[in-house]
Amino acid sequence: MKSGKVNYHSVHSMDDAIALSQAHEGNAKYIAGGQSLMPMMSLRLIFSEEVIDISKIPDLKKCFSMKGHFFIGAGVTHAMIEDGKVEDTTNGYIQYVAEGIAYRGVRNKGTIGGSIVNADPAADWPTALLALGARVLIKNHSNEIEIPIGEFQCGLMQTTLKETDLVKGVLVPLLSKEAKWSYIKFCHKAGEFAHSIGAIVIDPSLGLFNAVLGAAGDKPVLLPRLSTYLSSADIKNVNLDKELNELLEADLLENTFHLPSSYEFNLHRSIVKKAVMEVLKK
Amino acid sequence: MSSISIQVNNQPFQSEIDDRMTLADLLRNNMNLTGTHLACELGVCGSCTVLVNDEPIRSCITLAASVSGMSVQTIEGFEDDDKMKVIRECFSEEHGLQCGFCTPGMLITVRDMIIREKCKTESQIRKELSGNLCRCTGYSGIVKATQLANQRLNNLEVIKSR
Repeated sequence: MKSGKVNYHSVHSMDDAIALSQAHEGNAKYIAGGQSLMPMMSLRLIFSEEVIDISKIPDLKKCFSMKGHFFIGAGVTHAMIEDGKVEDTTNGYIQYVAEGIAYRGVRNKGTIGGSIVNADPAADWPTALLALGARVLIKNHSNEIEIPIGEFQCGLMQTTLKETDLVKGVLVPLLSKEAKWSYIKFCHKAGEFAHSIGAIVIDPSLGLFNAVLGAAGDKPVLLPRLSTYLSSADIKNVNLDKELNELLEADLLENTFHLPSSYEFNLHRSIVKKAVMEVLKK
Repeated sequence: MSSISIQVNNQPFQSEIDDRMTLADLLRNNMNLTGTHLACELGVCGSCTVLVNDEPIRSCITLAASVSGMSVQTIEGFEDDDKMKVIRECFSEEHGLQCGFCTPGMLITVRDMIIREKCKTESQIRKELSGNLCRCTGYSGIVKATQLANQRLNNLEVIKSR
């Protein structure tokens, strides 16, 4: 099984990639790790006559501190984060997420930028980075823009990227020592796409209180009531059985399409609850 | 068409290839290295695992053109590898293979796991092996073989360092 006919192009700079994409009038696809794109091209779910390999662009692998945040280049692989080759400013959160993605053979090639651009609602980075309040840096032929990841992903495998735009990287916060996080993923088999993800990041000194549910609909959703509740001062005394249950159910009813009696609703409720309990233990 | 130049099992190889050709097809069809097996061809089963620049990757979802200039090591290229020798013996002793279809991918994955020190507990081994599917041997034998190989290789390291 292989993809339809394609022309392969390898580039060594972001400007070359964008220029080439423009020359093909947006009919070209950027390929980084290709760990989702290649299977989808083989299955004829995606057709592209031109593929532009951006995995050999050195600038896309760069990571550095920037404007009180930490910038992670879009071409950084999951394995690089797993192995600690990227500075972790999130108290181990991104490293924990990275080592749980698929399998090592996939992590060696798959990139953080590719994951958010693919925008699979059941993938790890879209959910994990939303909980972290990350921002996405996008480069086009004339300028660079920066948008919150919650606005970047606009639907099922859809983002606000224009045809020739290139994701340069993501900005993650520098979490304080007091910050806490939990990341609970439910899979039937280790490494498969999640059936439900509960991600919570709390950092009082940054005013960050995010509870996110992933793999529940067309894109990860921030649970507003639960997030607000986690920001209240006495979160240690949360009554998991009553108050939290009610908040959580209201959040799930508003943000998913599942009936309260369904398997999915109960699965998501259990996973988010587990994430809350885990973060309170820390 | 693209022209590629790669090192496969320490031998240089040059060819004109169709751009859509995967690395797995190149190895099997153009180089007759049929130890690299193809099953799902979607990156799920792990039987096509090979090393590219010493890292395991799935050759069925890697474009051959994209590895130009890199070094590739397939299951045929481990003849002189001390670690692989021990791992092979352990797979044989502990019934780590039956039909052998998944074995090339398993061996390359296990070698990488031992190098990265990801064989500390049985559950860690099972998690790390989850990217390689076996449909007949059963994972018990494969896990036992991995544990034994890890133990023997670590002992060898200790002896060497004395």
